[in-house]
Amino acid sequence: MSQSHQLRKLHGHIMEGVCLLAALAAVIPLFAFLWHLVAMGAGAFSPALFTQLPLPPGEVGGGLRNAIQGSLLVVGIATMIGIPVGLGAAVFMSEFAKPSIASGLRFSCDVLSGVPSIVMGLLAFQMVVRPMHHFSAFSGSVALAFIMMPVVVITTQEMLRLVPHSLREAGHALGIPAWRIASSISLRAAAPGILTGAILAISRIAGETAPMLFTAFGNPFMSMDPKAPIATLPHTIFTYAISPYEDWHRLAWGGALILVLGILGATLLSRFILWWHQRSLNS
Amino acid sequence: MLACKDLKIEFDRKSVLKGVTLEFPAQRISAIIGPSGCGKSTLLRAFNRMHDLTPGAQVTGSVTLNDREIYASDEDPVLIRRRIGMVFQKANPFPTLSIYENVISGLRLSGVRNRAVLQEAAEKALMDSAIWDEVKDRLKSNPMSLSGGQQQRLCIARALAVDPEVLLMDEPCSALDPIATAKIEELMFRLRERLIVVIVTHNMQQAARASDRTAFLWMGELIEAGETEAIFTSPKKSMTEDYITGRFG
Repeated sequence: MSQSHQLRKLHGHIMEGVCLLAALAAVIPLFAFLWHLVAMGAGAFSPALFTQLPLPPGEVGGGLRNAIQGSLLVVGIATMIGIPVGLGAAVFMSEFAKPSIASGLRFSCDVLSGVPSIVMGLLAFQMVVRPMHHFSAFSGSVALAFIMMPVVVITTQEMLRLVPHSLREAGHALGIPAWRIASSISLRAAAPGILTGAILAISRIAGETAPMLFTAFGNPFMSMDPKAPIATLPHTIFTYAISPYEDWHRLAWGGALILVLGILGATLLSRFILWWHQRSLNS
Repeated sequence: MLACKDLKIEFDRKSVLKGVTLEFPAQRISAIIGPSGCGKSTLLRAFNRMHDLTPGAQVTGSVTLNDREIYASDEDPVLIRRRIGMVFQKANPFPTLSIYENVISGLRLSGVRNRAVLQEAAEKALMDSAIWDEVKDRLKSNPMSLSGGQQQRLCIARALAVDPEVLLMDEPCSALDPIATAKIEELMFRLRERLIVVIVTHNMQQAARASDRTAFLWMGELIEAGETEAIFTSPKKSMTEDYITGRFG
């Protein structure tokens, strides 16, 4: 009896140890990659990385100013398309649509959010690049907006679902028009969660590389023209990392560090918004 | 006068209210009593067309306010609800708006912009709901910082601010302690002067002490209605007597 009890306890300890190892293994990549990234990228970090343009191969120095500003432009335009459309669709689904229509739309968004990003790039290629006959920043934004929309729809809808039905009912009972209930009551109550989802969606698309290959295309020069090909950070990292030049490798690491710090910052910001909102609700 | 005639309500073809005819005279508090699931809340929510929002709800029969049909095809339910206000079982102030913004929300979100008008309406509604003294120094605070009874009176103020002709109250005190309940009942007596008040309650003492007229509902049918005193002292139907003496329900 006591022997089998001891055995069971030992068994328990072993299982616990195995799970602990699995948990460590799950987070090791994060720390390993952060360490590696900082070790390799920190060397490239200098004002020149942000202010200078890339130099021709063989010349040492230069920076990623074109790719940083290009990424901001492409992601900015994508956000201006993706957020309003995603938000509007989610509001329609949660506040106005019949349940059968809403669940059909939701299913479509679930499918869309699982479509590989390179396929979304192909779609933007067909819809924008081919009619325009050349690559452009705008086509890259369209591809990123396609990736972003279902993500925004899903998070917004989840957040609207958390708004108690009794608040909408109170609005109706006061004779407030339905669109005003949606905008001033439901959306306002869900705003912190929706903002968090939007920030995460932006950081998700900021790192997309595959769809950039045949939309934004890349550009070694400075360009802020939405109609022209443009450099973006993820695509520049890809190009420089596979190049044979030592100095371009250095820039690629620097670019990767910028991208990861940006995404980390966005994640922290979204956490902060939620925490701050929670705190203001409790006080 | 608010009245319904042969009012039938179905949810997904399941009959919940089976033809109710009732009158709610002006300057009277009318109570609707009955066991859980008898259809009292369903009846109440028919008066301001809340069932329009429920998919699968089917309302037939007639509801009139001062002889005008509420379910007429040219009546806008949004405008109907401004004339017939409602207070719910659980206080539901808007948590993202301040106390002041809550009171004026019905007006402001319906397009009233004039600050002086809003201010005046808010003060009047808060005084009418006997909560002005408790909130006048914290109008900008979050309503969730109020007690349950205060929140419910704030919701009454919010309903009164749009100046309705009828106030429907769906078990407004079921989550409140006796002191908060007494305050709301006192408030109802003052509102009676200018409003038709209809209250659904599962608390028979409340119906007996705070209403002028009582209707007893059972299984979706009206069993008996009349002056509260008559219903509670000499009911005509034995079923009513059984219910109010606690023999069933």
